[in-house]
Amino acid sequence: MGRTKNQPTGGQAPVVQRIRLRYTKRGPLRFTSHRDFARAVERAIHRAGIPIAFSQGFTPHPKISFASAAPTGVASEAEYLEIGLRERVDPADLCKALDAALSPGLDVIEAVEAVAPGSLADRITASLWRIELPGVSDEQLAAAVAAFVAQSEVLVERLTKQGRRTFDTRDAVVSIGAVSSQTSPPGVVVTAPCAILDLVVRQVTPSVRPDDVLSGLRVVADLEPSAPHSLKSARATRLAQGTLTPQGEIVDPLDADREPVAIGER
Amino acid sequence: MRGESVFPQLEQLLPLVSKPIQYVGGELGAVVKPWESATVRWVLSYPDAYEVGLPNQGVQILYEVLNEREDVLAERTYAVWPDLEKLMRERDVPQFTVDSHRAVGDFDLFGLSFSTELGYTNMLTELSLAKIPLLAADRDESHPIVVAGGHAAFNPEPIADFVDAAVLGDGEEAVLEITDIVAAWKREGSPGGRDEILLRLAKTESVYVPRFYDVDYLPDGRIQRVVPNRPGVPFRVHKRTTMDLDAWPYPKKPLVPLAETVHERFAVEIFRGCTRGCRFCQAGMITRPVRERSITTVAQMVHDGLEFSGFTEVGLLSLSSADHSEIGDICSGLADQYEGTNVSLSLPSTRVDAFNIDLAQELARNGRRTGLTFAPEGGSERIRKVINKMVTEEDLIRTVTTAYSNGWRQVKLYFMCGLPTETDEDVLQIARLAHNVIKSGRQATGSKDIRCTVSIGGFVPKPHTPFQWAPMERPEVIDARLKALKNEINSDRSLGRAIGFRYHDGEPSLIEGLLARGDRRVGAVIRKVWENGQRFDGWSEHFSYRRWVDACAEVLPGLGVDLEWFTTREREQSEVLPWDHLDSGLDKDWLWQDWQDALTEYEQDDCRWTPCFDCGVCPSMDTSIQIGPTGHKLLPITPVNTGLRVPAGA
Ligand code: B12
Ligand code: SF4
Repeated sequence: MGRTKNQPTGGQAPVVQRIRLRYTKRGPLRFTSHRDFARAVERAIHRAGIPIAFSQGFTPHPKISFASAAPTGVASEAEYLEIGLRERVDPADLCKALDAALSPGLDVIEAVEAVAPGSLADRITASLWRIELPGVSDEQLAAAVAAFVAQSEVLVERLTKQGRRTFDTRDAVVSIGAVSSQTSPPGVVVTAPCAILDLVVRQVTPSVRPDDVLSGLRVVADLEPSAPHSLKSARATRLAQGTLTPQGEIVDPLDADREPVAIGER
Repeated sequence: MRGESVFPQLEQLLPLVSKPIQYVGGELGAVVKPWESATVRWVLSYPDAYEVGLPNQGVQILYEVLNEREDVLAERTYAVWPDLEKLMRERDVPQFTVDSHRAVGDFDLFGLSFSTELGYTNMLTELSLAKIPLLAADRDESHPIVVAGGHAAFNPEPIADFVDAAVLGDGEEAVLEITDIVAAWKREGSPGGRDEILLRLAKTESVYVPRFYDVDYLPDGRIQRVVPNRPGVPFRVHKRTTMDLDAWPYPKKPLVPLAETVHERFAVEIFRGCTRGCRFCQAGMITRPVRERSITTVAQMVHDGLEFSGFTEVGLLSLSSADHSEIGDICSGLADQYEGTNVSLSLPSTRVDAFNIDLAQELARNGRRTGLTFAPEGGSERIRKVINKMVTEEDLIRTVTTAYSNGWRQVKLYFMCGLPTETDEDVLQIARLAHNVIKSGRQATGSKDIRCTVSIGGFVPKPHTPFQWAPMERPEVIDARLKALKNEINSDRSLGRAIGFRYHDGEPSLIEGLLARGDRRVGAVIRKVWENGQRFDGWSEHFSYRRWVDACAEVLPGLGVDLEWFTTREREQSEVLPWDHLDSGLDKDWLWQDWQDALTEYEQDDCRWTPCFDCGVCPSMDTSIQIGPTGHKLLPITPVNTGLRVPAGA
C-alpha cells in the first residue's frame, strides 16, 4: 500500500547514506556501560523516526557501529558512532532528533555525512583524558608524574575478560601533566579540592585506560589519595579522541568528512 | 537542606559497586521537578533490585498519575544491593531516589508496592538506610508517612509495626485522595501532628492505619478480635477499585531504563480482574470485577507507548488475556497495523484452548513467534476440580497437539505442587500428562523434534481466597513428590528426553506462606531475620531458609505460636483471620462455601458468561462488570516511526 515501513521484511533496503555522530556521556550517565548505551541508542533511533537500515539475514540487525567506547564510569565529550540509513536525511535534523530521543547526559552534539574514505576506527589513534583526583594535592601529583615520565616501562595488572594481565602503561602515554583546576572546561564541575591530570594516550592493544595510568602512578610513586578517597573514585573524562599528529595534537575524526574532499587530494 | 541531592556523596561510591547504572536514573519518562514546586512529595518504591522493580506496572502508573499533578512531586527508589548498602552505611549516604538523588527521609509520603511478601526484608533495609525509625510508633512529624500498597497489602498485618498505613486495591484514585488530604493538612499548618493526619486518612475508610486497631489473642494463640481503639475509625477498611479503565490509560510515558531489566517491553493492561475463579489465585479474587479496556483505547495506548518509548515489543497483559471480549479483533487489528514493522506483539495467555493458538498465530504474522504456555496447574482431573481449573486432559492434549501441528516446537506447561488434598498420585499424573503430550505431538507431526517443559511452582495459600483456611504441605513432602515426579518423567527414556523439568524447592514457599497468612506477631520474625542479615528474599542466592527458621524459633514460641502454626495448620470456619477487618469485597461465607466446594470437587463457573454467583464484590464495592464487545474495529494506521521527529524549536 505504499506505506513506509520501519523494517521491510524479506530483502533489506540498501544503505543509501552513512552518518557519523559525536556524542557525550556526561554527569551521572557516565556510568552507562557500552552495552546499555548500545541498547539505548537502538531505541532512540526508533523513537526519533530515523530510517535506519538493517543487515541481511535471519535476524536483521540495525546498521550501527561504534568507535572505541569509553569504559563504564568514565565520562566523555567525544564518543563516535556511525549509522547506515535506507533513506537520505539532513544530518543536522538527524542530530537534533536523536539527541532529543536520548536521555540528557547522552547528548548528540554533531552529525556529518560520511564522505571521505577510511573508517572512523582508522582515524582514531589516540585520546585526550582529563582525570580529577579528589584527595590528591598538586605537589603529590607532580612528583608522581615526574617519577612516571622518568621510567621507560611501567607495568600494571588488570583483570580483563581474558583473565589477569600484566602490561606496560608507559609506552602508550604520549603526554602526561598536571593542570591547575582553573583551566577545567565548562561542564566539568570540581566538587572537592583535587589535583587534575591531563593525559594523551595512544590506542594500543591491550588498551591502556585512564585507570591503568593511575595504577602506574601508584606503582612508581605510591600515589594514594587521602581517606576517604581512593584512586577508584577518581573522575575521568575523555575530552577528545582522533588522529594523533606528529606534534602530539589530536585531530577530530569528523574533520575529514566535514569538508568535501577534492578528488585526488588523498 | 531538605530535598538536596546526595549525588556528590553517592558518586564517590558508584565506581566501587557492581552495575552502577542502576543507581543513577536518567530513564526516559523520568520526571525531575524542583523541590519547592510541590506541596506534597511522594517517594515510591518497589522494594527489590532496580532490574526487577523498574518495569513494575503499578509503580510506573502511580508515578505518572502523581507527577501529572502540578503541586505534586513523585520520585522512585529501589533496593540497593548489599555491596552498596555496606558502603552507604560506612560513608553515611542515605537511601536515595534515582530521579533527583534526594534523601528518601525528606519526602512527605513513602509508598511501597508489594506484589509479593518477599519484599518485606528489603523494606526494612530501605527504612533504615533512609534513617526512618523501623517502628511506626517511633516516628515523628519529620519522617515520611510510610504507606504500603500492592496485592500483599491485602494482609499487611505482618508489617503492621513498620508501616503507618496500607491501601488495599487499585491505587490511581487512592494516591490522589491521600495527596489531597495531606495537602490540606499541611496548608492548615499540620495541626495535631502525625496522629491527626493518620486519623484523617483512617476516617476515609479506605486507608488502613494499623495503630488505630488493637488485636486481642485467645489463650491458644488464635486471634480473639481486632477492634478500633479510636472514635471515628471504621471497623472495616475497604479496597479501592478503579472503574472505567479507558479514563485511566496509564502508563502513557513508560519508563525506559538505560540499565538492563527483566522486561524490556511496553506493557498494556487490556483488562483488570478475573472471574475464572481459580481457587488458589489471590490476584483473581482481589481484583474483581472484570473491567476491560476498549479495543480502541488499547490500540491508542500501544501506538502512543511505542512512539514515546522506542520499545519494539508490546505485551498485552492481564490475568487471562485471551478472555478479553474482543481479543480476536485486538490481535488481528494490531497485527495488521504493525505488519512489516519491527514491532513484535505478545499475549502472555496461559489459557488451555485452541483459540489461544489462533491468537498467537495472528500475532506471529510479524515473523517472530513467542513461546506458548499452558497452565493446567494440576496433574489429575480430580485436583483440577479442587482448584477450579476447568481443563480436561482431552482439552490439553488437543490444544498442545494443535500447537505442534502449527509449527511450535516447544510448549511450556505450568503446574503447582502442594495443593490442598493433593496426594502423591495427583503429582505423578503430571508425568503421565507430559508423556501423553509428547506422544500425541509426535504422532500429529510425525517428528521427534518436539519438546515440552514442565514448570512447577509451590502452592502458597493466600488471604482472601477460598484456600485461606487450607493447611500447607510440609517442604519435605513437596520435595519428595517432586523427586518422585522427576523419576516418573524419566521412567520412559525416549519421552523423558523430550521433557524439561523445572521446579522450586518447598522451603521458600513455606516462608512465603508464613508472611502471607501471618499476623502482627510475625513482624518480630521479619525484624529478627533482617537483623541477622536477610535481604532479597525473592532471589534464591540470597534467600536463607535456615535464617528464617532460626528467627521463628527465637521469636515465636515466646508469643505462643510457631512456624507450623502459621503454615501447615488448617483453620476452622469460626477462626478470626488476621485480615478479616480488611474488606476485599468477597463475602467470607461465599469464600467458605467455595472452600467446601473445593473439598467436594465441585466446580464454579465464570460470572462473565453465567449469572452472578454472589461472591459479594459487586454489591459491597458498588462496582459492576465492565466488558465489551464494543463492536469497534481497528482501522489501518500509519505505523509509528515514519519521518524524522525533530523537536520543535530546536
Ligand atoms: C498479571 C501478572 C502476570 C501476567 C502478566 C505479566 C506481567 N509481567 O505483568 C502473567 C500471567 C503473564 C504473569 C507471568 C509471570 N509472572 Co506474574 N504476575 C502478575 C500479577 C498477578 C500482577 C502484575 C501486574 O502487572 N498488575 C497490574 C498492576 C497495575 O497492578 P499492581 O502492580 O498491583 O498495582 C496497582 C495496585 O496494586 C496499586 N498499588 C501498587 N503499589 C502501590 C503502592 C501504594 C503506596 C499504593 C497506595 C497503591 C499501590 O496501584 C496500582 C494501580 O492500580 C503479579 C502479582 C501481584 N500481586 O502483583 C504477578 C508477579 C508480578 N508475577 C510474578 C512472576 C514470578 C511471574 C512469572 C515469572 C511466572 C513464571 N514462573 O514464569 C511470569 C513472567 C512472565 C513475564 N515474562 O512477564 C511474580 C514476580 C515475583 C518477583 N517480583 O520477584 C509476581 C509478583 C507474583 C508472585 N507473587 O510470585 N504474571
Ligand atoms: S459479585 Fe457477582 S458479578 Fe460481581 S464479581 Fe462477584 S460473582 Fe461476578
